[in-house]
Amino acid sequence: MTTAETAQSSKLRERIRQILNAQAQPTITVLSSLIAVQDSIHYLPDEAIKETATLCGSTINEVWSVASFYTNFRFTPPGEKTLDVCWGPACHVVGAQEILNSVHEVLEIKEEGDSPDGKVTLKYNTCLGACAQGPVIAIDHHLIGKQTPESAAKIARELRGHDT
Amino acid sequence: MPTQFEELQARAAKRWDELTAGDSAWIRVGGGTSGQAAGAEEVFEALKTSAESTGVNANVSMVSAMGLMYLEPQVDVLMPNGTRVFYGNVEPEEAQMIVEQHVQNGEPLMDRAFAYSGGYGTGVGNLPELESMPMVALQQRIATRNFGDTDPHDLLQYVANGGYAALNRALTEMTPAEIVDEIKAAGLRGRGGAAFPAGVKWSFLAPSDAPVKYVLCNCEEGDPGAFNDKGIIENDPHTLVEGLIINGYATRSTHGYIFIRTGHEKPIESARKAIAACYEAGLLGKNILGSDFSFEMEVSLTGDSYVAGEETALMEAIEGKRSTPRYKPPFPAAAGLWQKPTNINNVKTISYVPEIVRNGSEWFKGIGTETTSGTAIVCLSGHITYPGMYEVPMGMTIREVLDKVGGGVSEGERIKVLQAGGPLNGLLGEEAFDTMIDFDAMSAAGASIGSGGIIVGNETVNVVDLLRSLVAFNQFESCGKCFPCRLGNTHMLEILDRMCQNKAKPADLALLERVGTSMRAGSLCGHGQLGFNPIASALKYFGDEIKSCLGGEGTPAGVYGDGRMILPTRTRP
Repeated sequence: MTTAETAQSSKLRERIRQILNAQAQPTITVLSSLIAVQDSIHYLPDEAIKETATLCGSTINEVWSVASFYTNFRFTPPGEKTLDVCWGPACHVVGAQEILNSVHEVLEIKEEGDSPDGKVTLKYNTCLGACAQGPVIAIDHHLIGKQTPESAAKIARELRGHDT
Repeated sequence: MPTQFEELQARAAKRWDELTAGDSAWIRVGGGTSGQAAGAEEVFEALKTSAESTGVNANVSMVSAMGLMYLEPQVDVLMPNGTRVFYGNVEPEEAQMIVEQHVQNGEPLMDRAFAYSGGYGTGVGNLPELESMPMVALQQRIATRNFGDTDPHDLLQYVANGGYAALNRALTEMTPAEIVDEIKAAGLRGRGGAAFPAGVKWSFLAPSDAPVKYVLCNCEEGDPGAFNDKGIIENDPHTLVEGLIINGYATRSTHGYIFIRTGHEKPIESARKAIAACYEAGLLGKNILGSDFSFEMEVSLTGDSYVAGEETALMEAIEGKRSTPRYKPPFPAAAGLWQKPTNINNVKTISYVPEIVRNGSEWFKGIGTETTSGTAIVCLSGHITYPGMYEVPMGMTIREVLDKVGGGVSEGERIKVLQAGGPLNGLLGEEAFDTMIDFDAMSAAGASIGSGGIIVGNETVNVVDLLRSLVAFNQFESCGKCFPCRLGNTHMLEILDRMCQNKAKPADLALLERVGTSMRAGSLCGHGQLGFNPIASALKYFGDEIKSCLGGEGTPAGVYGDGRMILPTRTRP
């Protein structure tokens, strides 16, 4: 590891320690700590796993077992914006499949993941909680309902910074 | 000298008077997750800006959503004369017009309004009265009684509408045992799906003298099509918090947790703010309202995991571990969270508690059916004219809810299939629509009220495709602990994939049934035990359609014949 990388890593460690220590609720656990880090920096770097283990008196293995179980966690930085598309049965009956098709096309990906330019991360969501407004998508947790393949494609293009 | 609670009530009454009885107008915008998805936040900002720039005498508030989600973004204006006029599907561009014409000039926009309420019985033009519209009139709102009226983040508005009177009554007039008896007598059954009598459950925990005991409130609510738990928390969190404090007092517990999935920002924010306001007002913490009862409460977040809604898996998640179910016994009342005695209830169950304590068990018992008292909080989505969240008395038939409350489907269309009670419950065909909404009647029809979600499908819905969507969800969400569930769901999904692609064989049906039997026998929790339910019920109501996808002559082309199969199929690490 080069010196520059080490310096960067220790800065990240410091930031993560601040996040972990700022948890306001009385019950602090491995899971609450990982959620706090993901909420702040949107992914779990190795440093987060290690610092969480230290804070909670757990092993790195134990922390990994939790981090790898919950599907909201990711381990590399996401794109600039995260686009959630609901594929739960409630959105499915009103056309979620077509929304996914059109978003895949615009983002040039075939499944969940990051667009090649790193601008947008696509996530399949099992239920965003606004079924009455389906099909629903969300940009960085902000929900937008009543989507059509065209409107979702337009939003995806805007997120990539393309002309619409 | 007034008691601590009387002082709080006096402050609350003053606040409510300022909002409703003064000479300023009150503009309310329905918020919540669904409101956000419909664009309510943009409308709220536009109204605030217009009210300021026009200089009218008006309060503008983001309040709870009323549940009429097809009308969102929904706005209403209460004028100083006591008349309230409601607007639906409001665009931000209309804000200025509402402020100028209605608030400033006192002339409601008659072509944009859908109802009025209050006033002096003179009506407003030819608008219907809100309370006379079927989707309102047929409701009996208990847990959702404040929806559309109060700001969920304002404790005083909740208290002004009767809030925390039940807690005060419980602490000053009733013993814990009397409350447990009251809940038993009310016939309150758990609303999380299992329908177990709540009072009986509470009585398992109450006798223990352990120094630390927990009451947990489950708002994992991962069921697609259900949004009533999150709806209650985000729209009226104090109903839940008050119920949970009473739950704690009745079971002589020390700590309460409200358990929510991360990412659902509105319910999380609402619950946290409500708890903080309660600590500040002396409704939580040491010696609540001057009594000798002390109780702590916090919000606990889980990561994305559907199985975390199972009661023992939920405890694992609060402890910060992988949310996989535990072996039972020991049962939670003996050794639950951190091996301490624990009681766990669904959000809706707890939300009825304040009104039961306030009005008595006889009152609650008088609502609903013989075996299921109270109401059902139904979430309608899919191909229905009026999607939304409606609290109706138990005993109404599914058809009444669909046609009268939900407005049916568009003319010339027909409702073909319902998915009721979440992805581990069944599909229902038309012959089941006259079933009464009641735990026992629904379960006899092969379905469940479960979480209260009803996804409506019209004739464009292909049953095999819908089944595949449900099984894909269940497969993705299996926690992986029991292999019959983990592999069984994957196996069923493969078969359904074949059916959708027109590659299935007649023998696949027996294979599905065999897998389903293994899952039921060999899984620790409901996720595996109930995993075959959707297919079993689909065979009952749509047997011909399913069999037509099993090869042979005249088989229709598969739904994904073009190979664009993109629903995710993943297994947890």
